[in-house]
Amino acid sequence: MKLTDIAAPDYFHKVVDCQWACPAHTPVPEYIRLIAAQRYGDAYLINWKSNVFPGILGRTCDRPCEPACRRGRVEKEPVAICRLKRVAADYKEDIRDRLPAPALEGNGKRIAFVGGGPASLTVARDLAPLGYACTVFDADPKAGGMMRSQIPKFRLPDSVIDEECGYVLDLGVTFVGGRRIESMKALIDEGYDAIFVGSGAPRGRDLDIPGRKETAANVHVGIDWLSSVSFGHITEIGKRVIVLGGGNTAMDCCRTARRLGGEDVKVVVRSGFEEMKASPWEKEDAMHEDIPILNFLVPKSFTHENGKLTGVVFEKVKAVRDEKGRRNLVPTGEPDQHIPCDDVLVAVGQENAFPWIERDLGIEFDRWNMPIVDKTTLASTRPGVFFGGDAAFGPKNIIWAVAHGHDAAISIDKYCSGEDIADRPPPGVTLASQKMGIHEWSYDNDIAPDLRYRVPLRDKVIALRDIKTEVELGYDDALAFKEAQRCLNCDVQTVFTGSACIECDACVDICPMDCITFTENGEESELRGRLKAPANNLSQDLYVADNLKTGRVMVKDEDVCLHCGLCAERCPTGAWDMQKFYLEMSHAGRSCHSRA
Amino acid sequence: MTYIVKPKFHHPSLPKNALGYTHRDYEGAISTLCAGCGHDSISGAIITACFELAIAPHRVAKLSGIGCSSKTPTYFLGQSHGFNSVHGRMPSVLTGANLANRDLIYLGVSGDGDSASIGLGQFAHALRRGIDMVYIVENNGVYGLTKGQFSATADRGSKSKRGVVNTDSSIDLVAMALQLGATFVARSFSGDKAQLVPLIKAAIEHKGAAFIDVISPCVAFNNHAGSTRSFDYVREHNIAVNKLDFLTGRDPITVDYAPGSLEIVEQHDGSRIALRKLAPNYDPHDRLRAMNYLQESAAAGEIVTGLLYVEDEADDLHENLNTVATPLNALGEKELCPGSAALDKINAGLR
Repeated sequence: MKLTDIAAPDYFHKVVDCQWACPAHTPVPEYIRLIAAQRYGDAYLINWKSNVFPGILGRTCDRPCEPACRRGRVEKEPVAICRLKRVAADYKEDIRDRLPAPALEGNGKRIAFVGGGPASLTVARDLAPLGYACTVFDADPKAGGMMRSQIPKFRLPDSVIDEECGYVLDLGVTFVGGRRIESMKALIDEGYDAIFVGSGAPRGRDLDIPGRKETAANVHVGIDWLSSVSFGHITEIGKRVIVLGGGNTAMDCCRTARRLGGEDVKVVVRSGFEEMKASPWEKEDAMHEDIPILNFLVPKSFTHENGKLTGVVFEKVKAVRDEKGRRNLVPTGEPDQHIPCDDVLVAVGQENAFPWIERDLGIEFDRWNMPIVDKTTLASTRPGVFFGGDAAFGPKNIIWAVAHGHDAAISIDKYCSGEDIADRPPPGVTLASQKMGIHEWSYDNDIAPDLRYRVPLRDKVIALRDIKTEVELGYDDALAFKEAQRCLNCDVQTVFTGSACIECDACVDICPMDCITFTENGEESELRGRLKAPANNLSQDLYVADNLKTGRVMVKDEDVCLHCGLCAERCPTGAWDMQKFYLEMSHAGRSCHSRA
Repeated sequence: MTYIVKPKFHHPSLPKNALGYTHRDYEGAISTLCAGCGHDSISGAIITACFELAIAPHRVAKLSGIGCSSKTPTYFLGQSHGFNSVHGRMPSVLTGANLANRDLIYLGVSGDGDSASIGLGQFAHALRRGIDMVYIVENNGVYGLTKGQFSATADRGSKSKRGVVNTDSSIDLVAMALQLGATFVARSFSGDKAQLVPLIKAAIEHKGAAFIDVISPCVAFNNHAGSTRSFDYVREHNIAVNKLDFLTGRDPITVDYAPGSLEIVEQHDGSRIALRKLAPNYDPHDRLRAMNYLQESAAAGEIVTGLLYVEDEADDLHENLNTVATPLNALGEKELCPGSAALDKINAGLR
C-alpha cells in the first residue's frame, strides 16, 4: 500500500470527521475546546467566520457533522455539536468590536443580490468588508429569507435572526426589503458588476388529488402557510389537523399547528417511518408534543361536505422490493382509511421557480428548469451571474447555502478583479505539536466516558401555549462543559516519524482502540484484514509510514482513534507526536488572489 | 509517567475468547514504567497469551519480587491474585502458594537483579524442585531503578550508558536453568511478540518448572551503542533456533510446512506445540546438546532464542512429594486436622 502523504491537507482533514462533513468545514473541535474553557466569544467567532450564522445554525442546522462524529462509532451517540454551537452564541460576550469594520472606501464594484437569505448574506458578508457595494433585494420586509419565514419562532426566535443578519448588514450592506425582483433583464440593465441569485426554493409542491379544489379554504401548502404564520397573517387553525409529508417542513407544520389551536394533529406519510426525510431529532420533537406519525398511507382524496373539508381518504400500502432490489409501495388490499379533520397542511416537498429570469439572457437552464451552475465556482452560463443556496441545486439546508455563499464570494471577487474564477485558493492549514512537557498536552486528553446529554426543554404546557416561546432552553454552562468534554479532539492528530521509532511496541500495547500495527506492507484490502483489529470501515483511511529499521511499516487505522495521545505518551523517542491540525477555508479577500 | 486512566472504550469489533472476554479484560492498571520499557511489551505478551488461552483471570496467581520487572504484575491481569514479595524471595512465596493451592496457574515475574543477584539461591531451588509454574525473568542487564549500574546478567565487555566497561562475568540464567533441571527453558525478546506469545502460552500449559528469559531493553539506561541489551543489538544478534505455534488440543494443524521441518510436541494436557526448525540439527529434547549449543553461540556473540529445551513428560513438586490431589483450601477441617488419634498413629510410625 502507498505510504501516506500527511502533507496533503485532505488527509488529516478527513480524520476530523465533523469538519470534513460540514459543507462550510467549520473547525468544530477547536470551538468545542473553547466552549469547555468558557471562551464563548472566541468559540462564536470561529463559527461566525466559517458559517456566518452560529446562533441560527446552533438551533436549526441539519448537522451533517453529527452522523459523521467519531464519538458515534466509539459509543452510542455523537457529540451534540449543533447545540454546543448554540451555547457559544447564547453565552458569548459582546463581540461586535471584533467583527470586521465596514470598508473605509469602496472599490467601485457594485453587486446585486436576489433574495436575502443565508446564501446571499454569506456572499455579502465576505464581500462588503473588501469594499464591494452590496445591495440585497428581498420580497419580505426583513432580511433572513427562509430562516425567518419558514422556521417557526419556537425553534428560532426573531431576536437571533435579527442579531446575526444585523452583523452582516452592519458591514455596510444595503438591504432593500419589500422589493421582489420580477425581471433579471431589468436587474442586469441596472449595470451591476455581478449578480448573485440566492432566491431559495420558494414554491411548495401541491397535492393534486380529488377534492383539492373544493377544499381549497382548508388545505394549505406547508411553506406558504408557515410563512404566513411567521409574518402574523395566520393565527389559528382547526382543532383536527392532518399534515401530509415526512420532511422537516412537515415537522415544523405539525408543531406550529399544535400551537395555533390544533389539538388532534397527525402527520401522515406515504412511506415507512424509518424512510422519512425528516431528521430523527425533529421527528422526536414532534412526537414529544403528542403528534402521532402514521405511515404507509397514501392520500387518495379530500372529502368534503357543503363545501367544507371533512377529512382525507388514504390507501394502505406496504413496501415491497422488486427483483432489482428497489423499494416500491404497493397497496395492501385492505379497505381505505378515512381520517376526519378540519385542516390539511401539505408539506410534500418544494421546488425552485425562476419565472422572473428571461430565457434569452445567456443563463441556460436544464430540462428540469434548473439553472446550469458550476459546482465549484457557482457561476451560471452568463459571466457575472452566480447562484447559490437552494436556488443553485434545489432544496438543501442553511449550512449548504453558507458553503455556496463563500465559494460564490470567491468567484465574484476574482471575477471583478479579472482573475480566472476556476483557480481556487487552497485552504489555510497549520500542524503544530501540542506537547507542553513530559506527558502534558495543550488539550485535555483524558477521555470522558459520559453519554450524550439531553438539551433541557421548556415545560410542554407552557411551550405549546405560545408560538413564540422557544422550546429548547439550551445547555447551561455546566451541561455544556460536560457535553464539550465528550469531544475526542480529532483535530489533534497522531503524527508518526518512522526514523525516530525503535519498534518497542509501547504504542501498540497502550492503544486502547488497537489502532496501531507494525507489520509487513501489503495491498490495502489484504492489509486491512491483518491489523491488530480489523479495519473494516473503508471510509476511514489507513495511515501507513515507513523508515523503520526492521523494514516493516507502521499502519494506523484512523477509524476509532480516541486521540487520547497515549501512543505519544508511551513513546520513548518522540516518534509519535500529537499535533493540532487547523484547517481554515479560504474566503474572498486578498489571500485568495493569485500571487502572480 | 502517564497520569490518565486508559480509556475503557475499545475497538467495536474486538474478538472475544471462549469465556467471552476481549484482550482488554486481561489488562491491569496503566504502567508507571518509563515510556517504551521492554517490560511493558512483556506484559502485553502475557495479556495476549492469557486471552488466547481463554484463561479465567481469577485462576491465575502472579507473584513478583522487587524491581522494575516486579512492578509489572500490576499492569496485567487486573482480576488475578497477586503477591509482591520481598526482594528475591518470590520463588519461596510461589512455592508455598503452589503447595497450598495446586489448582491455580502460577506466574512468577522477576528481573535480573531479583533473580540473578539477591535471589539467585531462590531462583536455583525453585527450578530444582520442579514447581509447576511459569517463571519469567525480564532481563535488561541493568539496575534501572537505581539509575543504570550493571546487573549480574550484563555481558562482560559491554558498556554502560556512561561509557564504563563491564569487567565481571555475566550469569546466563538460561544456562543455569538447563543445568538446574527446569523442564521447559526458553529465551525470547520483548520486541518480538510473534515469538514470545506462543512461548508464554506453551509455558503456561507445561506441567513443571517452565523458565523464560526475556531480553527486555531498558530504554532509559541500556539502549545505547555498546550495550548488548539494546533493541538494535538484540535484533542484529538474535538467532532463533525454532519458530513455534501453540495449538490447543483439538485444533487441526492447518499450516503447511516443508516435510521434515515440523515437529509436534505433545504436552501432558493434550495441548501441542508445532515447532518449526530454523537451526538445523538443533534438538530441543537434548539437554546436554542444548547447553553446548548455547555456550558455543554465546562465545560467537549470538543471542539464541526460541524454545531451547522441553521435557515432554515432566514431573512436578506435588508428584515428587506425593501430596494430596485436592488443594488444601478445598479440604475440610476433618481432613486438614484429623485429630490426636491420627497424630498418635503418625508418631508411632516414627518410633
